[in-house]
Amino acid sequence: MTSISQDGDRDKLRSVSVDLNNDTPLLIDIPDALCERDKVKFTIHTKTTLNSFQKPDFSVSRQHEDFIWLHDTLVETEDYAGLIIPPVPPKPDFESPREKMHKLGEGEATMTKEEYTKMKQELEAEYLAVFKKTVQVHEIFLQRLSSHPAFSKDRNFQIFLEYDQDLSVRRKNAKEMFGGFFKNMVKSADEVLISGVKEVDEFFEQEKTFLLDYFGKIKDATAKAEKMTRSHKNLADDYIHISATLTTIAADDNEAFKSKACISNVCVCVQKLEARVASDQELKLTELFRYYMRDIQAAKDLLYRRARALADYENSNKALDKARLKSKDVGQAEEHQQQCLQKFDKLSESGKKELTSFKARRVVAFRKNLIEMAELEIKHAKSNMSLLHACIEQLQSN
Amino acid sequence: PPSCLPAEDISTNSNGPKQEILLDDDQEDLFAEATEEVSLDSPEREPILSDGPSPAITPVTPTVIITPRAEASMFDRSLDEDEDTEENGDTFDMQITVSDPEKVGGFGCTSLNLFSRNEFSVKRRFSDFLGLHSKLASKYMHIGYIVPPAPEKSIVGMTKVKVGKEDLSSAEFVEKRRSALQRYLTRTVTHPALLKDPDVIQFLENTELPRAVSTQALSGAGILRMVNKAAEAVNKMTIKMNESDAWFEEKQQQFENLDIQLRKLHASVESLVCHRKELSVNTASFAKSAAMLGNSEDHTALSRALSQLAEVEEKIDQLHQEQAYADFYLFSELLGDYVRLIAAVKGVFDQRMKTWSKWQDAQLLLQRKREAETKLQYANKPDKLQQAKDEIKEWETKVQQGERDFEQISKNIRQEVGRFEKQRVKDFKVVIIKYLESLVHTQQQLIKYWEAFLPEAKAIA
Repeated sequence: MTSISQDGDRDKLRSVSVDLNNDTPLLIDIPDALCERDKVKFTIHTKTTLNSFQKPDFSVSRQHEDFIWLHDTLVETEDYAGLIIPPVPPKPDFESPREKMHKLGEGEATMTKEEYTKMKQELEAEYLAVFKKTVQVHEIFLQRLSSHPAFSKDRNFQIFLEYDQDLSVRRKNAKEMFGGFFKNMVKSADEVLISGVKEVDEFFEQEKTFLLDYFGKIKDATAKAEKMTRSHKNLADDYIHISATLTTIAADDNEAFKSKACISNVCVCVQKLEARVASDQELKLTELFRYYMRDIQAAKDLLYRRARALADYENSNKALDKARLKSKDVGQAEEHQQQCLQKFDKLSESGKKELTSFKARRVVAFRKNLIEMAELEIKHAKSNMSLLHACIEQLQSN
Repeated sequence: PPSCLPAEDISTNSNGPKQEILLDDDQEDLFAEATEEVSLDSPEREPILSDGPSPAITPVTPTVIITPRAEASMFDRSLDEDEDTEENGDTFDMQITVSDPEKVGGFGCTSLNLFSRNEFSVKRRFSDFLGLHSKLASKYMHIGYIVPPAPEKSIVGMTKVKVGKEDLSSAEFVEKRRSALQRYLTRTVTHPALLKDPDVIQFLENTELPRAVSTQALSGAGILRMVNKAAEAVNKMTIKMNESDAWFEEKQQQFENLDIQLRKLHASVESLVCHRKELSVNTASFAKSAAMLGNSEDHTALSRALSQLAEVEEKIDQLHQEQAYADFYLFSELLGDYVRLIAAVKGVFDQRMKTWSKWQDAQLLLQRKREAETKLQYANKPDKLQQAKDEIKEWETKVQQGERDFEQISKNIRQEVGRFEKQRVKDFKVVIIKYLESLVHTQQQLIKYWEAFLPEAKAIA
């Protein structure tokens, strides 16, 4: 069982954060979480001044599946069709560190005690990093909901935050009711439909072109950034082995002891720094791209819904013409056409607002992360350099 | 028999006069060196011929050929050497440079005597280097000299996995070989006895080398066979050597341990090189992807920043490549050289045991001859008796020779090991410092690139 507590300075560690004004009527955070084998239990803490809630300050325990349930109910709510629904946080994935830990256990006999301990420490740090990331991404999801004028008032959201029993019953019911129909439709058909519909609005035309193209590019960038980070981590691990062997040689070898021990220490520090560079890069770059890739998918989903509404409207026009021709059920057809038009207009209006604020949000997040990444890289390189200089001096003076 | 097998007959004349002068003069000093820890700055050190290489010259550090990518100043060492020679006054220090092979023919090999300023430039094939080594090994290994091993014929390192843009390209392979040959030759001329060896001199100075008798046998494998034969002989020894000298036992154990650790270290460094090359490839790939993303981005300032990010990552890729180059040529190759050198050291220890065994065998045979003679004294066969007496004289001589040879090889090994240890410490220290400096250089560049990028990121509005 592993548990972590979030402490201050959280903002520095995350790639995406939500601007929270402390005067907001609804403040949510995940102060800690428990990891029990495969299940992560998040503690959701809410502080609110809203009357709709029973208490001003309370906490509940939730699992990842509860988040999925909440997200799905939002997606399936008609009223939210014109909004970008915050992407569901990905499932906690400890596969990678767990596999590595397993491999490490198998290879224990081939390493010195020191090497094994260091490798184990690195893996534990990786495990912890995965854990922290998953907590953050779940927290962001809730915070985006709480800071949105429409979502913050959602009934299911309130249940999620407040209901002091577990939500498994509700989850089961929801699955039976909706069957994930809408979700599947979106996944399989959106590209085709979005590109196929004739667009009258310049704004949406541009957005469509941009988002479709950008999604592909950011997906690729995410994958490449991931690979880069992994190589970097491998490199850092090599220094652990080098350092351990140098220590052994130094111990056997009186004449060159000081220099070998010095180098061994340098390798330890280089390893730590390279590992730090790798994880910072991951957080500021890879995680950023990953998050916005999902967010862009959510934006695309909005475009899809609007495209469907447009298609419905066009169909209703055709039906109205047909009815007028036949002079049958004209009133009904007119009403239906009006509804479709209203829905489409509503989606367009709200969609435009959402997409505009989305772009602004994205640019701000990119800026923040790129600055922070550059600053961290500089910091690490300077540390590395002073460390190396010290060692060179020590070796030359011997 | 192939020419790489050792000269088994250890008669006093077979190795030429030079070697003996070397040994007899400096007995006491050699032992002193071998057992005491003499610091490089110690005032007692006189630059005598049989002494190790002068403390300041470090000709075994690899001079890396400048590629268009690497900065020349990083790896250039000729400045250091010239300064130090003047301080010392040694007359036999040589600077060796092996240059890129031309399309036809072989490696350009230039030797510059740092004192006399005599310079020779010749062209040699790879097999010529192997031939030189096999001659030297067959002449000197069995008397206890640590003959520097020739470079490997094969391309692949100890770990089979190679990843990289220039995967086993011929340019990379040629450079690796050229560098290895330079280090090999430099180590060879650093050895005070080998430097004066006629085969070495001929190699360095003659325009044309005599055709080797059997070129196929001139390989590392041939020498390996010789070393293995010695090891086999040791294993087959019926009487275990009664080591009266703890020094040898200690040293042998030490080299065993060092061998294991260096191999391990070498493997880790090869892994480091491999991962760094991978990182370079992945960084370049990411740079392209970031550039595409920048192009696709419709917010102008962010688009620019992303394009700049792509450029930074491209530059960082270059850095990784240069660093991998340093990882390899400074660190990894040095370790590989020393793994092979230690094999040569272990080889001479085995030769010593073989020599001892031969001496013991001679003693046994002498004993038997004496017993036979005693028996013949009562047999009244005067001519047979005379023959027996002659054989006894013959074997007495052989026993004496055997003892002398054993003492000689023991003395040589002590001297050689002392020299080797000092050289090792020096080599590693210099190379490690160079390597650390390469790391410093990388960090400096990283700071430069990111500091240039920072305002671009801040300019996103």
